Amino acid sequence: MRESTIMKIHYGTALAAVALVAVHILMRLTMGFAESLEYETVLANYKFIPYAVMLELILILLSIHGFNGLRVILLELKQGQAYEKAVSYGCLAAMFGLIAYGSRTIIMTNMGMT
Amino acid sequence: MAQVSHIADEQGSTSISSSKSITLRIARYNPEHDDSSQFMEFTIPYERWTTVLEAILEVKKHFDHSVAVRYSCRQATCGSCGMIINGKPRLACFTKISELNSNVVTVEPMNNFPIIRDLAVKFERLFDTHHKIKPYLIRDDTELESNEKEFLQSPEEVEQYIQFANCIKCGLCNSACPTMATDSSFVGPQALAQAYRYVADSRDKGKDSRLKIIDESHGIWRCHFAGSCSQVCPKGVDPAMGIQFLRGYLLGFRS
Repeated sequence: MRESTIMKIHYGTALAAVALVAVHILMRLTMGFAESLEYETVLANYKFIPYAVMLELILILLSIHGFNGLRVILLELKQGQAYEKAVSYGCLAAMFGLIAYGSRTIIMTNMGMT
Repeated sequence: MAQVSHIADEQGSTSISSSKSITLRIARYNPEHDDSSQFMEFTIPYERWTTVLEAILEVKKHFDHSVAVRYSCRQATCGSCGMIINGKPRLACFTKISELNSNVVTVEPMNNFPIIRDLAVKFERLFDTHHKIKPYLIRDDTELESNEKEFLQSPEEVEQYIQFANCIKCGLCNSACPTMATDSSFVGPQALAQAYRYVADSRDKGKDSRLKIIDESHGIWRCHFAGSCSQVCPKGVDPAMGIQFLRGYLLGFRS
């Protein structure tokens, strides 16, 4: 993939994540901070489909943005064909791993498997 | 650290005679047999108009002829005498001692360049990246027909790129760039500014091929817009701005 395409995705995910995280924070402000972190409230959030979808989107956006940022930092830290390939594929694998693990949590909680 | 406090007793027509003097600290390093650089100090008289290059040449003439320094035109045109002067990349011939407002002037080789000896550095990487971005007009009709005239441009079209054409390849921008310090494959602000110089030229038709060259993992996207390159340019070129304009092409904001 061309670097400009990757960076367009990088900037796009950042903007979208800022918007969705803002919604997430605003939703938390509808009640007291301590109350919003209560076990039953958190479970209720996961079971509310639109909110669970938003959390899934935030997970995907931040994973893409974060791991590409890490890739860029590591590429600037050291150079070499084997190293750069390892960094790129390593970050991609870690990104898919995190999305899979986070999605598993969201889906299981949504289905009541807690 | 060696110190030479008095000027040698030599009559020279160009020697500086003044009541004012500074301590000139020159970084000495020969990679063939030195582990690290050491500073030698010289007391040099100066006038209001004396440049750092003239002070270094005074050292070579009267104290230590073995000081390695690259210079040529002495008028900020050839781009040979770039070095770190009191911590900032500057041209030695374009920096007057009086404007530094310091009794101690420290000169070191440019950062992000391999050292040949003392103040002289290798320019291979700069020239390689400069060459890589195809620093010439690309057109299908490279040869003019006998009945054609030159490619005319309006003043507005010239204005698009002319400041970038002032680059003298001195390497000060690359020396100041923080990305160049860590990324040995980064194309650098000098080459990126020159890429913009040709991309913005209305006579040029090689925009797509140049954008493809800089659109790679160690290309334009590794610039973090520190802006140091534009701060140190002795010719008023603004590589940081050129890089942002190039990003505009790649992101689809410019065409």
